[in-house]
Amino acid sequence: MRTFIALAANPDYPTLEDFGKDPIWISIIKAVGIFVLLMLGVLFGVWFERKLISRMQHRYGPNRAGKFGLLQSVADGLKMALKEDIFPRTVDKVLYFLSPVIIAVPAFLAFSIVPFGPMVTMFGERTPLQLTDLPVAVLLVLALASIGVYGIVLAGWASRSPYAVLGGLRSAAQVVSYEIAMALSFVAVFLVAGTLSTSEIVRAQSVGGTVSLFGMEFSTPSWFVIQLIPSFLIYVICMLGETNRVPFDLPEGEGELVGGFHTEYSSSLKFAMFMLAEYVNIFTVSALAITLFFGGWQAPWPISLWDGANTGYWPFLWFLLKMVIVFSFFVWVRASLPRIRYDQLMAFGWKVLIPLNLGWILLFATFRALRIDEGNRTLIMTMLAFVVLACFLIYMRFDIVAQRRKREQEAEVAAEFEELGNAPEAGGFPVPPLDLPHYHGVQRKEVSSGTH
Amino acid sequence: MSEAPSYLSPTGHEIVFLLLGVVVVGTGLLVVTTRQVVHAALWLVVCLGALAGCYLVLTAEFVAWVQVLIYVGAVVVLLLFGIMLTRAPIGRSPDLDSRNRPVAAVVALATAAVLVTVVVDGFRHAYVDLSPGKGTAEEVGVAVFRYWVLPFEALSVLLLAALVGAIVISRTDIRGR
Repeated sequence: MRTFIALAANPDYPTLEDFGKDPIWISIIKAVGIFVLLMLGVLFGVWFERKLISRMQHRYGPNRAGKFGLLQSVADGLKMALKEDIFPRTVDKVLYFLSPVIIAVPAFLAFSIVPFGPMVTMFGERTPLQLTDLPVAVLLVLALASIGVYGIVLAGWASRSPYAVLGGLRSAAQVVSYEIAMALSFVAVFLVAGTLSTSEIVRAQSVGGTVSLFGMEFSTPSWFVIQLIPSFLIYVICMLGETNRVPFDLPEGEGELVGGFHTEYSSSLKFAMFMLAEYVNIFTVSALAITLFFGGWQAPWPISLWDGANTGYWPFLWFLLKMVIVFSFFVWVRASLPRIRYDQLMAFGWKVLIPLNLGWILLFATFRALRIDEGNRTLIMTMLAFVVLACFLIYMRFDIVAQRRKREQEAEVAAEFEELGNAPEAGGFPVPPLDLPHYHGVQRKEVSSGTH
Repeated sequence: MSEAPSYLSPTGHEIVFLLLGVVVVGTGLLVVTTRQVVHAALWLVVCLGALAGCYLVLTAEFVAWVQVLIYVGAVVVLLLFGIMLTRAPIGRSPDLDSRNRPVAAVVALATAAVLVTVVVDGFRHAYVDLSPGKGTAEEVGVAVFRYWVLPFEALSVLLLAALVGAIVISRTDIRGR
């Protein structure tokens, strides 16, 4: 019943045919609108992040420039614009200059396919509240994200600094491996929605389907975040990795690498571009999370009871509210988690996220196949049994090997402890003797350093 | 079967396609002639990106963006990764050319000649229908998994074998007999 009402109240979901028909000036207005939105978003986002993380750490944060410190980002931006533009002498000039541009441009471009709302009337023209859409729109975002990596890698290489190169290398390895897991976490969404276009994925989340299980009919929730919760959790981890945010901010790693890939971009507008791109990337992955998993611009439950919630320009507001919530999650994670180590990062990406994701996709695809095809059920069940059996055997094999390795390691560590206990200098490291007075108080006479 | 249009009055599509082709060939030459290792990898990025542009002009959207995602976004990044881990000097390296230059040129020209002959011989009068919607994920998926399953699976096995081989070669704790 509810689905019927929802369909009747929302007749204006855009379809792919609605795109590419705007007059050129409408497209320009939309593009400029997105640009302004993103720039304001960055200004507000930097302030919001600093303020929120301050409150989480029991301090006030910026509160000098303007009311509540609201003008702090403006002041920082002006300061960067007025600083001297330092150009180190031995860098690769072209690439050093280009890399901030390479990182910023794809970040902005990716926003062109984000749906902000349904069909609206803009200056007398009926048009979707979205710059453009493609049959393969989500793929476009992934492709642009992968181009953005070049900005980081080239900034690291071109600035001729060991710290910067290390940052660039880490970034290359990290983004390439997390992008695979990210793309895999979209697969289940594509399976349910049956399309790669963002506006149609939003429409697919307007009504829930039904599942018949053991003869009973259940209606599934409409937002993909609930029925695809494993995909969503993996996507959340990957979006932190993809945007180089804590706990995956190894390319910057200010504890180890000074400033990471932007060490040599010490000042000026080039650094501002990196900052801008980082925040726009966060907005992009947040917008993608909202579009793919949180119902896009559609109103959340209590508001959706109101009939006009999904009409006109109102959805834009719901979208922005969801953006703020997802962005707050980023800040919360930054305030809570430490940075993980490089080998942990790679092992987590390749050995946990990707296999888990593949297994989940297999499982989910099997469920889908069970639902659509009545005739071939025995075949599917046989294949399912095979897959489950194979997974179990593989798991057993890995488990046995892992157990054996663990026991060996434990024995090794125990042996080493015993050896070091007998002869502390045996490890090859210069170890202070264990009978040093520092450990045992002053009952024994200490040899002062001046006598020998 | 519609009449193939004349070559003498090129449409906008054809002009863009030709220009992109020129970019591909030009940057391809720069890849092998530039004296800076990292710049060679970056010219390769431009080359593969222009190729993606060619696919876009032919309305093969899915293939175009996958090209960007895989080749530009992953393969060349890994190349850069490898170059930077070994040696990546800023500026020119004088020792990039080996004495195999003439042989390489001959092999390249011969390969190009074979490919061009085959393509011209096979598709001289074929004309691609450029109406949009032919290159979506659905169409490509149907083509790959309905008509080209066997080559697809064979390629997968080949890639898997390459992967396993690379791991075996790179791991020092697996000894040969």
